[in-house]
Amino acid sequence: MTPASRLDTTFAALADPTRRAILARLASGEASVLELAEPFAMSQPAISKHLKVLERAGLISRGRDGQRRPCRIEAQPLEEATGWLEEYRKFWEGRFQRLDVLLDELKGEAQALSLALRRLGP
Amino acid sequence: MTSKTLKVTIPSDREIMMIRVFDAPRALVFEALTKPALLKRWFLGPPGWTLAVCDIDLRVGGAYRYVWRGEKGEMGMGGIFKEIAAPERIVATEAFDQGWYPGNNAVVTQTLSEQGGKTTLSLRVMYESKDARDAVLKSPMESGVAASYDRLSEFLATQTGL
Repeated sequence: MTPASRLDTTFAALADPTRRAILARLASGEASVLELAEPFAMSQPAISKHLKVLERAGLISRGRDGQRRPCRIEAQPLEEATGWLEEYRKFWEGRFQRLDVLLDELKGEAQALSLALRRLGP
Repeated sequence: MTSKTLKVTIPSDREIMMIRVFDAPRALVFEALTKPALLKRWFLGPPGWTLAVCDIDLRVGGAYRYVWRGEKGEMGMGGIFKEIAAPERIVATEAFDQGWYPGNNAVVTQTLSEQGGKTTLSLRVMYESKDARDAVLKSPMESGVAASYDRLSEFLATQTGL
């Protein structure tokens, strides 16, 4: 897979709230399908389907521990995906910081104007 | 929510959502988002680039158009207003002159809410496809202006103090 298409797979896998919740659970340690299915009102096959998507995206790996096959989180693709989000965020944050400055100036102008008007008043 | 830090999330396959708090009343933020003279003071690209053209016909069915200009060229975008409820909500289409992502058409919903003199801006962009959304997400510099990645990084460093 090229880096770009791997990123596509990662974003697709992250777009689902159940899969994000599964990843959040796995961030605190590995778990079996049974353990993962418990907090969700979902059947094991439904959870397994989500796990396959996550596994294909390289976001999790499954152990070889017999029937239990514990799932664990794989950090790297997640870091790549959040890296892109962070770049995007920084770009817009730069713009918004200039808007902060402008808003402060406008508030200052409005205050100065109302002060001047009060002085002119009776 | 009092932190000013910008939050970027992907609520669905086709969307990007940004949430940012500003320390100013809603009416003022709305002005800064819709008055050309004010947009020219903040809605910029990297250093040296200006928002040379900023035309806004703020009514439903009205058009807006932005053109950024820099040493190495220019970049334009625009769209049509679909919904305007001043000072709390604007819905508009968005397309770039040089269509650089699949479909080159998005719907932008801006929502403003005020609490205790602070305003929360939520900016939700809905693309035609997941491919389009991902292309935008992966190319923040192109969505602003066609500048090189290095210059953008430099610019970001000066803006964020990193």
